[in-house]
Amino acid sequence: MSDRGLIVGGLVLFLALVTLPLWFNVAAGTTSKLPELTLPEGKDPFGTAEYMRASHMDLLMTWRDEVVRNQERTVVGLDGKTYAKSLTGTCLACHVNRATFCDRCHDYAAVKPTCWECHLEPRPVQRAAQ
Amino acid sequence: MSMDRRRFLEVAGLSALVVAGKRGFDALTDGGRAEGATERRPAARWAMVIDLRKCVNDRGCTDCIAACDRAHNVPHFDERAHEVKWIWREPFEKAFADHGSPYTEDAFKSKSLPVLCNHCDNPPCVRVCPVKATWKRDDGIVMMDYHRCIGCRYCMAACPYGARSFNWLDPRPRVKELNPDFPTRTKGVVEMCNFCEERLAKGRAPACVEACGEQALVFGNLHDPGSEVRRLLRTRHAIRRKPELGTGPNVYYLV
Amino acid sequence: MVALEKALVGNRRYWTWIGALLVVIALGVLSYLRQLQFGLGITGLSRDVTWGLYIAQFTFLVGVAASAVVVVLPYYLHNYRAFGKITILGEFLAISAVTMCLLFIFVDMGQPGRVLNVLLYPTPDSIMFWDMVVLSGYLLLNAVIGGITLGAERKDVPPPRWILPVIILSIPWAVSIHTVTAFLYSGLPGRHLWLTALLAPRFLASAFASGPALLILLTMVVRRLARFDPGQEAIQKLSLIVTYTMIINVFFVLMEVFTVFYSQIPEPMSHFQFLFVGLDGHAPLVPWMWASMALAVISLVLLITPRYRANERLLAVACVMVFASLWIDKGMGLIVGGFVPSPLGHVTPYVPTLPEVSITLAIWAVGVLMLTVLYKMALAVREELA
Repeated sequence: MSDRGLIVGGLVLFLALVTLPLWFNVAAGTTSKLPELTLPEGKDPFGTAEYMRASHMDLLMTWRDEVVRNQERTVVGLDGKTYAKSLTGTCLACHVNRATFCDRCHDYAAVKPTCWECHLEPRPVQRAAQ
Repeated sequence: MSMDRRRFLEVAGLSALVVAGKRGFDALTDGGRAEGATERRPAARWAMVIDLRKCVNDRGCTDCIAACDRAHNVPHFDERAHEVKWIWREPFEKAFADHGSPYTEDAFKSKSLPVLCNHCDNPPCVRVCPVKATWKRDDGIVMMDYHRCIGCRYCMAACPYGARSFNWLDPRPRVKELNPDFPTRTKGVVEMCNFCEERLAKGRAPACVEACGEQALVFGNLHDPGSEVRRLLRTRHAIRRKPELGTGPNVYYLV
Repeated sequence: MVALEKALVGNRRYWTWIGALLVVIALGVLSYLRQLQFGLGITGLSRDVTWGLYIAQFTFLVGVAASAVVVVLPYYLHNYRAFGKITILGEFLAISAVTMCLLFIFVDMGQPGRVLNVLLYPTPDSIMFWDMVVLSGYLLLNAVIGGITLGAERKDVPPPRWILPVIILSIPWAVSIHTVTAFLYSGLPGRHLWLTALLAPRFLASAFASGPALLILLTMVVRRLARFDPGQEAIQKLSLIVTYTMIINVFFVLMEVFTVFYSQIPEPMSHFQFLFVGLDGHAPLVPWMWASMALAVISLVLLITPRYRANERLLAVACVMVFASLWIDKGMGLIVGGFVPSPLGHVTPYVPTLPEVSITLAIWAVGVLMLTVLYKMALAVREELA
């Protein structure tokens, strides 16, 4: 077939273009560097780190729907205490720094959650009181 | 290969139809009710009574409006087209266009009054919403789920009170002073008064009611015969906006 | 897709046309990207006039889509042979028009990323939910019917028997899309221009006038560009349909006007006043509405007089007038007129902005592009057989 060179060449070019981001990251050395997150003291009352890493968005969505749609506003944590189902009120009370916790990891994973388009970070004073 | 492309497409298409059909069927039977509306006892039927004798809105008082805007991060757009309003002032003859004779209106000619969502018993906005982003709670509050709203604005066409606002632009830069206890909204969703459900949950009265120095705004439970709202409605003549439309508004005006 | 390759060959004029449409589409896509970023505040819409140019086009085009039934019904139910050559043109017009409808709804959404919520949370209470069901069903029906019948024609065999019930189903379905679209408006308590049981019949009458009028024009264009003759009889019969439905449509409008003005109830009257004479010093639609009326009257004179109607040149003029008249009346007139005055009696004028117009033109261009490609396929198959 006289087209062989063209076809193989085209395939190679296609593969190179498709995998370009990978090579780019390898060259920049960013893949091996995990984001450094500011972690709070103590245990998370809603699940292990593995669970949270994989499923915190599902937890937040469930809370969101329960509060907004069913008026079920509180949840009992693994530590037996009652918490408000609130991203800004409960989660951020311990994970005090959105920039070095939420954003840093989201940037690394290249996801853009829309939470902060509406929800606001709590006032620093409030945090101190909690 | 046992399945050619055509066969695969047929099977895939059929499966999609079955899934869609199941969803539609659920929605038609009871699946639609299971969500949002919970099996809670209707303990309360929230309502507001506005005493026009006490209200000094026409003398320039906007305390209730300012308190609401602060509590809920209501943005302020200079251009009328993009306005977002939860509670605002309206001339009497606009709010009650079909009320009274030309002579009784003399008394109200210069009167302006606060208007807000009526949290109707039979809300047209809820009826038309294609995604249940707005619905009526058992206690009568018409809620908005800003996470779900698709921004079709059908509810705005349906509301006969003009109570709903759309975020034509990003509202956040237009909020005077951000209140971190309440979210702002994002562009492309509809919003309106929520009867301060977030405050009611903590046992507090709505922000507008609390802010009124004249105590012209009274909030309470219509299911409680001893409540202040019931006492006022028993003893004074109250009117509602466009009750003839069958919406069952729950904001009463004492004249 | 059946015979799609036929659309990939064409003369210079064909490709220039396609190129021009693509340019209009590209400009519209740019405007839409701006709208996505900036918000719907980029349009002329406001808190009081929440639907405008987009939804006006949507409403009008649902009618155009439904009108395929006007050729399908006589051909398949009454075995009216003269429409044999143009049924496929009617069905392809329906496909393009429904696609435009769906696109117009999409660009009107504040949160287009959440469009699937309509399927995730199906809400039978909402007429909009049903509109989505009937519109997508109609698109599917016509795509299947058009594809199968054209495919059979290409192989010079009769279409499979199972397609006939599907075609029969498409007839009431066409009526349903426009009825449900009218219900979107006519069931709202505070909107007095729309709150009339006559809205759905009016929609159907105007649909069966504007759609066939467009179909007549399209067959005339196609006849000049391709070796295709729909036949004198088909065009004359279609023109008769346009004549009757246009008369019925104007009759309905006059009935509406009588009820509104003889009853003297202020709110319904105020909408007509805004549309035809202006209200509170705002009269943006007044010239348009009178133009629509004038076009309707002149087109009726041309259509009703048998001598004029038989003259294809005058018939073409009449069809353009019918189409333009209804495009104004059932588009901007109906939608914007329904919002002004607002339920609180405020008069807010609405004028579409440039990006809004650009997006609108782009969607029309998508529809015309689809129509071009589909017609090209159908006609190429015919030429092949001839």
